[in-house]
Amino acid sequence: MKKRYFDNQSSSKLDNIVLDEMLPFFCNNYGVPQSIHSFGIVVKKAVEKARYNVAKLFNAYPDEIIFTSCGTEANNLAIKGIVELSRNPIKHIIVSSIEHISILQTLKLLIQQGVQVTFLPVNKYGSIDRTALKNSILDNTILISIQYANPEIGTIQNIKELVSIVREQSNNNIIFHTDAVSACGKVKINVKDLDVDMLTVSSSVIHGPKGAAALYIRRGVKLSQQIHGGIQEFGQRAGTENVPAIVGFGKACEIARTEFKINNAKIIALRDKMLVGITKKIDYISLNGPVIKNRLCSNINLSVKFVEGESLVLLLDALGIIVSSGSACSSYNLKGSHVLKAIKVDRMLQQGTIIFNLSKFNTMADIRSVLIELPKCVSKLRKISSLHLNVSKGIDNNINN
Amino acid sequence: MSFYSKKVMDHFMNPRNVGYIDHPDGVGQVGNPICGDMMTFYIKVHNNRIIDVKFQTFGCAAAIAVSSMASEMVLGKTLDEVQKLTNEDVAQALDGLPKNKIHCSNLGANALHKAIQNYKLKMKNKKEI
Repeated sequence: MKKRYFDNQSSSKLDNIVLDEMLPFFCNNYGVPQSIHSFGIVVKKAVEKARYNVAKLFNAYPDEIIFTSCGTEANNLAIKGIVELSRNPIKHIIVSSIEHISILQTLKLLIQQGVQVTFLPVNKYGSIDRTALKNSILDNTILISIQYANPEIGTIQNIKELVSIVREQSNNNIIFHTDAVSACGKVKINVKDLDVDMLTVSSSVIHGPKGAAALYIRRGVKLSQQIHGGIQEFGQRAGTENVPAIVGFGKACEIARTEFKINNAKIIALRDKMLVGITKKIDYISLNGPVIKNRLCSNINLSVKFVEGESLVLLLDALGIIVSSGSACSSYNLKGSHVLKAIKVDRMLQQGTIIFNLSKFNTMADIRSVLIELPKCVSKLRKISSLHLNVSKGIDNNINN
Repeated sequence: MSFYSKKVMDHFMNPRNVGYIDHPDGVGQVGNPICGDMMTFYIKVHNNRIIDVKFQTFGCAAAIAVSSMASEMVLGKTLDEVQKLTNEDVAQALDGLPKNKIHCSNLGANALHKAIQNYKLKMKNKKEI
């Protein structure tokens, strides 16, 4: 069965060109960059080339890039690294309420250790309230971390404006970090123009391999070490480098940069065609998050009334269509999406969400397949669902659209 | 290759006894749409036996499979037998459910017990009239 993959913010297909770039670093060039012999030199060159390509994707200097194993590690390093070095007796951090779990869980730990945290609310489109940000800045604020783009609802924050608000409001001691994992490759990013101090990017969502990510740390910004040991990564992150993954990550960044325009134009065309088709063919359906032209080019988040998201994900999966859901039932902890809660989606409609995140590998045939199968799956589940029957009988279920 | 057992997937993909009964002898409903699962069972009773059963479920794959399996398990059974049926029996018949689904989605037996209660109440009211 042909697979149609639309879960590209969880993980994306490895580009074959990236794989070719990686292969020599398994069985042939298996040295580490620290060695002074020829095996070390070859690998050092390759890692530095990757660092250059990662940096170039968002206009950073190569020495501002620290490789980590994943976005979660980079986010941990960014937050704990600043908190541990701050001499402020009571430290205050500001984040948005729709951050990635790696930020939220790290903060949970820090709160237990006495750190104060403000979780900024967002509006129904997922955007940060500028006044709320301004008003939440305190004398002891040391760090602000705001996600660049949200993988679930596709909100893109105006990071440049948010940074300028922070710079106007305070002295320059507040560090501004943005988790740009979902934005990377989809939004043109220039760290110098944004004026951010730290930025997280990850390989696995831009058609690179798993096992590599990076934290951009602006020259002059100091972080405490989180993994102790050798001198790797300028002494900032000890441990043997995952050389093949780093090499692949570098190539993936190079491709993301050179193919930026063409890929995004293609993705937008497919995504828009799909959304128009779905809304034409299925009734009682609503788009969560920003209006289509303001959101991440790859993202659609829909609430399908009267059905539950996990059921829909599994029915589509059986037909080869791979999507995700923000419903409580589809998550292992059964808690549901904190993002949908933050933008105040009706609780029943939260249960009926499906999320499409397209990539450059999607085709028109994929879209056609969705437009044929999705209405059938929805109709099948609505036939099973008592809520829908009541509507067709004219009984009000007390559901707000 | 699934999060669920083969039996769960079979009952989810091809649920048995979906629908409703016009003029049912008993109706039982559990859950609510906000929690994510809501099951409604309709039964027809003759000579103290369930002679027809239908369900409608809004919920995850586990909830739909549980409803379908429970409906199959009680068809033709006496009311006493059905009242002895537990949610665990239904989960076992499905070759088990993932740990996190045991409590929230496994409510089929409860819904059927409620349908029987509803039937008995109706019978009692009839006699009193």
